[in-house]
Amino acid sequence: MFKKLKITCDEATTICDKNQYGEATLLEKIKLNIHFIRCKICFKYTKQNMTLTKIYKGHAKSCKELKHCLSDTDKEVLKEKLNSFKV
Amino acid sequence: MTQNKTLLNPDKWIDSYADYLFNYAVARVNNSDLAKDLVQETFFAGLKSAKNFQGKSTERTWLISILKRKVIDHYRKINSKKGQAEVRMNFYTDGENEGNWLEERVPQSWDNASEKNIENEELRSQIEICIDNLPEKYAMVFRMKTIQEFETEEICKELDITSSNLWVIIHRARTQLRKCMEDNWFNN
Repeated sequence: MFKKLKITCDEATTICDKNQYGEATLLEKIKLNIHFIRCKICFKYTKQNMTLTKIYKGHAKSCKELKHCLSDTDKEVLKEKLNSFKV
Repeated sequence: MTQNKTLLNPDKWIDSYADYLFNYAVARVNNSDLAKDLVQETFFAGLKSAKNFQGKSTERTWLISILKRKVIDHYRKINSKKGQAEVRMNFYTDGENEGNWLEERVPQSWDNASEKNIENEELRSQIEICIDNLPEKYAMVFRMKTIQEFETEEICKELDITSSNLWVIIHRARTQLRKCMEDNWFNN
């Protein structure tokens, strides 16, 4: 039974990454925590990952505030192209 | 039963929908020139298939469904690109150490994490540089999930990938990004 709970660092960090979005399952979280008992590297990865998640979120917020629009010139060019296509 | 069939009015497409479609495309491909091309192709494809429009949805929904196909085509193209920069491995892929950290990729301590953890323009531009260093496919999925904050299900549907596929991509993107941020920001 315990063997099933044993995971590699690659698997542990995959779960950790998934957990940054709150989408790891309960079983995955148990496996991850068991892995931490013997692996300090992945524990460090997790701590750093939380820091990164925070800064990515800050970045996401400012990115999403930007609205992307086409310039009037772009629109005119597009209109001409569409018109010539229709003819 | 009354039927309110929508009619297409291509003369008004650009004024009415160009910005909406463009914004939709930029959120997915994060490149304004490419997004512009996709929007243009969408309008062309719309004109070409206008006769197939059944009037069951709004014009905008119909145009978005065309754009969605353009986005998925783009994703497939970058996914199959030969010789694309492959993401650097962080773990042994075979042998008795399979799944363990590669020695040179083991996370280092970030001694000055707290002072480096201040949001500013410099940090934002470093994040952008690191994301742009990823293979295109990884950057696209990472951005959709982390920067645009789309639901997993939505991304899987839009790009036609499974959720386990998505998590492997996110994992590879994040481990690579972590290393890039460590080298260029935290321990710089």
